[in-house]
Amino acid sequence: MLSAWGMALLQALLYPALAPLLIGWVRKVKARLNNRRGASVLQPYRDLRKLLAKETRVAHTASPLFRLAPYVVFVATWLAAATVPLVARDLPTAQIADIIVLVGLLGLARFFLALAGMDVGTAFGGMGASREMMVSSLAEPAMLVAVFTLAMSAHSTSLSSVIGYHLADGFVVRPSYLFAFGALVLVALAESGRIPVDNPTTHLELTMIHEGMLLEYTGRHLALMELAAYLKLMLYGVLIANVFVPWGIGQAFAPAALALGLGAILLKLAVLGAALAVGETVVAKMRLFRAPAFLNLALLLALLGLLSHVILEVGA
Amino acid sequence: MNVTDPLADLQGLLTAPGIGATACAGVAGVESCLALPAAHWGLLAELAADAGLRHAGLWADALDEERLRVQALFAAADGYLLAQTEVTGAPPELASHTPLFPGVDRLERHAQDLLGVRFLGHPRGAVRWTRHQAWPETAHPLRPDFPLAGDHPGRTPADGDYPIVRLQGNGVCEVPVGPVHAGVIAPGHFRFQVMGEDVLRLEERLGYVHKGIEKHAVGRDAAGLVRLAARVAADSTVAHAWAACQALERACDTEVPARALYLRALLAERERVANHLGDIGGICNDVGFGFGQSQCALLRERWQRDNASHFGHRLLMDTLVPGGVVRDLDPAAPERLIQANGELRRVLRRLFDILDDHPPLNDRLLTTGILAQGTARALGCTGYVAKASGIDHDLRHHVPYAPYDRLRLETAVVEHEGDVAARMRVRMREIHASLGLIEQLLAALPEGAIAAPLTPRPEASGLGLVEGWRGESVALVRLDVAGRVARYFPRDPSWFNWPALEHLILGNIVPDFPVCNKSVNGSYSGVDL
Repeated sequence: MLSAWGMALLQALLYPALAPLLIGWVRKVKARLNNRRGASVLQPYRDLRKLLAKETRVAHTASPLFRLAPYVVFVATWLAAATVPLVARDLPTAQIADIIVLVGLLGLARFFLALAGMDVGTAFGGMGASREMMVSSLAEPAMLVAVFTLAMSAHSTSLSSVIGYHLADGFVVRPSYLFAFGALVLVALAESGRIPVDNPTTHLELTMIHEGMLLEYTGRHLALMELAAYLKLMLYGVLIANVFVPWGIGQAFAPAALALGLGAILLKLAVLGAALAVGETVVAKMRLFRAPAFLNLALLLALLGLLSHVILEVGA
Repeated sequence: MNVTDPLADLQGLLTAPGIGATACAGVAGVESCLALPAAHWGLLAELAADAGLRHAGLWADALDEERLRVQALFAAADGYLLAQTEVTGAPPELASHTPLFPGVDRLERHAQDLLGVRFLGHPRGAVRWTRHQAWPETAHPLRPDFPLAGDHPGRTPADGDYPIVRLQGNGVCEVPVGPVHAGVIAPGHFRFQVMGEDVLRLEERLGYVHKGIEKHAVGRDAAGLVRLAARVAADSTVAHAWAACQALERACDTEVPARALYLRALLAERERVANHLGDIGGICNDVGFGFGQSQCALLRERWQRDNASHFGHRLLMDTLVPGGVVRDLDPAAPERLIQANGELRRVLRRLFDILDDHPPLNDRLLTTGILAQGTARALGCTGYVAKASGIDHDLRHHVPYAPYDRLRLETAVVEHEGDVAARMRVRMREIHASLGLIEQLLAALPEGAIAAPLTPRPEASGLGLVEGWRGESVALVRLDVAGRVARYFPRDPSWFNWPALEHLILGNIVPDFPVCNKSVNGSYSGVDL
């Protein structure tokens, strides 16, 4: 039996340990879908190790903020991840930090990322920052409304309670959940910089959003920024998996329940990762100015979820 | 006045008393060649513009320490006219053709940098193009007194004060891109003036891969020249080598065996298929559609492996020699190549069905980067860039050279929208047309020798004109008294297609630039020389 805080710590450590694996898995599936053999699923770990071992260079026009940003971005994203139940539901981190804190922490990371993008003064960093802000200013409301839909069902903004409520409910298809699910998937794609909003594998500076802000980073700074991006993808994956399909998550801190919880989340993430890879294979990247329409759809879905909750589920 | 033959009209006007152009003998490979006094060089451009001709290139040639010969090639729908003049003086001066033919802007500046001709009335004045401070202002590498080995062993000074035309105003930003890019691509500098994401102006700055091709050619023998021509641009190695061979063979009056001509056409069509496949994949990749990219890369790789096994080189480099080709096909090859064609066709039918009608792809490619037909004509674009904007011009159809004069060519490949999607469709249709041509060539492959000896003819000149995969490729060759190369100028179609990019990007957004650029795919090496 682990103490609750020990469990929370362990889970927080699991995030950075597993996030590169998820990225490696998505890349592998994508490569196979493209008739390529692809790199090993462990390649992202090797990339990070390589970056950490490399010399860290900083542009001579960079301010101290540029050096600080990777740490802030990584820590904020990591803290945000720590509030999302991974293998066990009832975590003290999820109790002290609710969904709004989660959104706030991600917002903090993004703020520093955009500042760092503009700091050196290259055109690409500025373009990336401006595009990132455009995308996230539209994604954030959609995310909040989707999250409020869930919170209204559970009468709580704590993720543990939302998941617990859903589990206690048994297998019920709620229209509001379906809408919120749709909205969160779209937000997750946009926020984690995946196709169709951004292309994580591109080398074309002029089309970059997230990568554009990282162009000037090297060595351990780049490693932290990359790991933060990996974490963000995993965070959204776990959020979607555990909120909408919570079954299997550890209800107690007993070894058997935790092992089941770990197995369940790995399976869920593998399925989500494969689905992401399929989606990225069949769809091209959108024109940049289509992204608002894409995110408006997310907001619309979230609002419909809220509305259908009020109409169909309140008092039922 | 006979409106159907603008070339004859122009010739009539120029030879009229008062202008005094005379037919010039000695440049083989072009039906009409006129020499005119330098004073009428500007008038020539006016008359050619009036006649609706396309400017197909301009280059200079140092005859000795004093005299420079400047030649300009004009194209009508079915023929060419070469005009030349001689200038002397320090610096030699000549009227610029750029005000009437904006496409020759860089060709004139290139001639200025390498030979010191001043073009009066050029809108950019005497701004360097190719030189990049690599040699002193007063030195001109293609002049006979410039040492063959170069005279500037040190590092080239940084290129800092190039006068980019700037737009200014509230909210206008400047975005410099390159010459070093994030991907592994050739170096070129692009300067955008943008308002938000909208491109207001784009200026290209090329010349970073200047290799001194023209100077390297001086003093070579015929075989050496063709080896050099094969290296002007690796992706167009057959096109440039063939154009150089044609120029030499015409100059030296060499009859190339029919089998060699068929094999050359086979090589050229294979080059076209490989590059178009690569470009279609590249266009897909630039809009984040990895599926299209990897499928095309796979097909291209198989195609190039076949190249290696049947012709000895993946990119078909050094497969042509003056007078013929290097290597004969082995007897079993035609059957295997036709079989490979059939397989490619089957796969492409399904792949192109997907690419042609895939909503996310259409969303990115349709109406992106439209090049109006008028702009394409004014610039003198050729190849897929022109064809996608509704210009039906293909040397293989309209000015057929051997062996295309003996082949049955299907209807011309022309699209009218002028957008990225149209440039991609032209490539798809050209691949199918090329596969058909390859089958015809293999079925009718004549027996016989694969090369004829080429005897250099002293002081001969020749012009080679072939339809490379990018478009019309021209080569001018002049031999000296000893029968060695005195002047070689390869004119890649990219000279005219690169400026098209500056126009078609206007009104588009910055993130759409890469796919617009890919759809034009100008050659860096081919114009930097």
